[in-house]
Amino acid sequence: MEVIKHDIVIIGAGLAGLRAAIAAAEKSREVSIALISKTYPIRCHSVCAEGGTAAVLREDEGDSFDLHGWDTVKGADFLADQDAVEFFVREIPKEILRLDNWGCPWSRREDGKIAQRAFGGQSFNRTVFAADRTGFHEVHTLYERSLMYPNITRYDEYFVTNLFIEDNAVKGVSAIHLKTGELAFFNAKAVILATGGAGRLYGFTTYSHQVTGDGLAIAYRAGVPLKDMEFVQFHPTGLIPSGILMTEACRGEGGYLRNRNGERFMEKYAPERMELAPRDVVARAMWTEIIEGRGFEGPYGPYIALDLTHLGEEKIEERLPLIRDAARKFAGIDPVEEPIPVKPVAHYTMGGVHTNMWTETPVRGLYAAGEVAAVSIHGANRLGSNSTAECLVFGRVAGEKAVEFVQGKRFSEITRDEMLAEEKRLFDEFLGRSGDENPYEIKKELNEVMDRHFWIFRTGEEMKEGIKKIQELKRRYGNIEIVDKKRGFNTDLMQAMEIGFMLDLAETVAVGAYARTESRGAHYRLDYPKRDDENWLKHTLAYYTPEGPKLEYIPVTITKWQPVERKY
Amino acid sequence: MEREVLFRIRRFDGDKSYWQDFRFTAKRGMTVLDGLYYIKENLDGSLAFRASCRMGVCGSCAVKINGKPRLACETQILDIGSTLEIEPLDNMPVLKDLIVDMDDFFRKHEAVKPYLMREDDDYENPKELLQTPKELHAYYDFTLCIKCGACYSACPASATRSDYLGPAAITAAYRFCADSRDEGKEERLSLVSGSEGVWRCHFNAECSEVCPKSIEPAKAVQKMRLMSAIHMIKSIFR
Repeated sequence: MEVIKHDIVIIGAGLAGLRAAIAAAEKSREVSIALISKTYPIRCHSVCAEGGTAAVLREDEGDSFDLHGWDTVKGADFLADQDAVEFFVREIPKEILRLDNWGCPWSRREDGKIAQRAFGGQSFNRTVFAADRTGFHEVHTLYERSLMYPNITRYDEYFVTNLFIEDNAVKGVSAIHLKTGELAFFNAKAVILATGGAGRLYGFTTYSHQVTGDGLAIAYRAGVPLKDMEFVQFHPTGLIPSGILMTEACRGEGGYLRNRNGERFMEKYAPERMELAPRDVVARAMWTEIIEGRGFEGPYGPYIALDLTHLGEEKIEERLPLIRDAARKFAGIDPVEEPIPVKPVAHYTMGGVHTNMWTETPVRGLYAAGEVAAVSIHGANRLGSNSTAECLVFGRVAGEKAVEFVQGKRFSEITRDEMLAEEKRLFDEFLGRSGDENPYEIKKELNEVMDRHFWIFRTGEEMKEGIKKIQELKRRYGNIEIVDKKRGFNTDLMQAMEIGFMLDLAETVAVGAYARTESRGAHYRLDYPKRDDENWLKHTLAYYTPEGPKLEYIPVTITKWQPVERKY
Repeated sequence: MEREVLFRIRRFDGDKSYWQDFRFTAKRGMTVLDGLYYIKENLDGSLAFRASCRMGVCGSCAVKINGKPRLACETQILDIGSTLEIEPLDNMPVLKDLIVDMDDFFRKHEAVKPYLMREDDDYENPKELLQTPKELHAYYDFTLCIKCGACYSACPASATRSDYLGPAAITAAYRFCADSRDEGKEERLSLVSGSEGVWRCHFNAECSEVCPKSIEPAKAVQKMRLMSAIHMIKSIFR
């Protein structure tokens, strides 16, 4: 085993992790920073973000911080903390300019300024973009910039297994160095979690294979509460059959949604905003059309048509080249000529590690930023183009806060006993065990439970049954066998552990959703179809116990926007 | 439509290398990556490969399929045929099965200083830079590199000289030199003009042939050569 020491350890090298690393390195050239990721950094899921990043750049043309703040709070169905939202909207423009200065190939207007486009729920064309590969370009820009700082040390392809906390202060993490299969221990004064969401809980999902919620699960098991996990975003347009994202920019650029009668059915559900209503509204409308028999029939079940044919080849090539490429390669459809077959798809984890607006968790020295965290600015429903923005703003905050925190602090070492216990847990008790369950079969069944019992429309009865099934899967997981017993690059071991993480997280989603007897944002209950501010204008906190999550509730911060009925 | 297919996979367990055959029924729409997952989840959990986005933007899953480097995630099984020979990429050490060590590949990318360099770089007070759509188009295609390593695997110069920077790194250098916002051209040119740089390229354009993003690294190398030649002549007369 290897013991490594850094002032700050950042786990995850997507947008938030890379941004945190740069912020920390900019703030101090003295602190040593470790950037740990289970893939190479540019293989992160952030590269899949397509549509753009919201920012108020043109107050002279009619946009304002108040407008962006209000759109976000209303989009969130009033579950967002408004102090955090106000801070967020003011900070993001600077991040856009920084990326410009670091080489991001933003799409441009004819006058050379950064271009912006329309997005769902945003009442001004404020979404900055780089064609429809925004996340990809942002990640590569940040990764390349991060190479400039000598005090950032990268640990690529290290799989984090545990968080060490003593007296409510963080003291480090353990990680398997995948190349060798050896366990490494990182002593740190501060740890930043930036590991992304938990989208692979679902079978039909836009997420990369490795978005398995590792950071969420590790924090949760170590006693850190998870906030608002019942709020899972369903993006309206997932490509059939793979679930690959067809960006909201398709609609931002003027695309239509049509049912089998050729109708633009959004006029029934959101007459003012039509296809550019927020995601929860559009996803429910599409699912209603499907349930009521107005979807198209295809070999993979019913679907809705995303029609871009009227936009013309030139505009599609200029603004949506990746969409065209993906539709051709993965569905055999050229959107210039034919509508794209889509249906709603699991897309974003609104919930996450409980933090305040400074990315601080309840554990001293432990920070969380990006999708892994619930700050919360997205509340019950995130607006498109606010997530990449969140990663940039709060990644920076986490990096800076961590630097301030470590000044003058001493290391508190992971003990020899803790190291030996972790080795034993992973290799003797987990890898060394024999059983008769295939972990991948358990994952498949978990996906089916989530797709069925915790989907767009929920009922108490179905969720209760779903919770039972998850608990049964957890029991069976105790009896899995990992067939690959070798140490070096054991992806079988890694994936079996990820599946264990997912089971714990599924339970927080399920139990939180079952308890919340109202409909708000993405959490919609057929048996409680109304929002209930009197009882439920509050955040859920889920604490780990061996018997399952224990729930507590905390108030939402309201500053200047009182909850009103949400209409589009 | 479905058909029985044979995946012949070159495996390496850390000690020995061998071929292993897997047969299963592939459906229309199933990609080579779907096939690898099918094998791992149902037939042999020890099979090791990399994958992430499954939509052709992350660069994780490049492998050789019937001799040619490709992204497994965007290759339809039925387009290839009934027998698929799958091997790890060339020119990088194999760690396990289809997983190669890319550390050196990424170090070469890092070595060409692939970031914007400007005199007025001000972290605290960034300012909007102007760039017209035309200036953007001049370099944009070269920003699309996903660093999957397909070009590097196919490159004969990389095969014979391990110190050659390779097509991906040189493309990255060109991408920044061609960016109207950049001022680091001279510095970067001196890095790629050396004996391990552009002049080592054999120019048989295999890299452009296999690039899954159609970037044409060979074109970038050629443009970089021209810049480098001008740079050398200028430095003689300086």
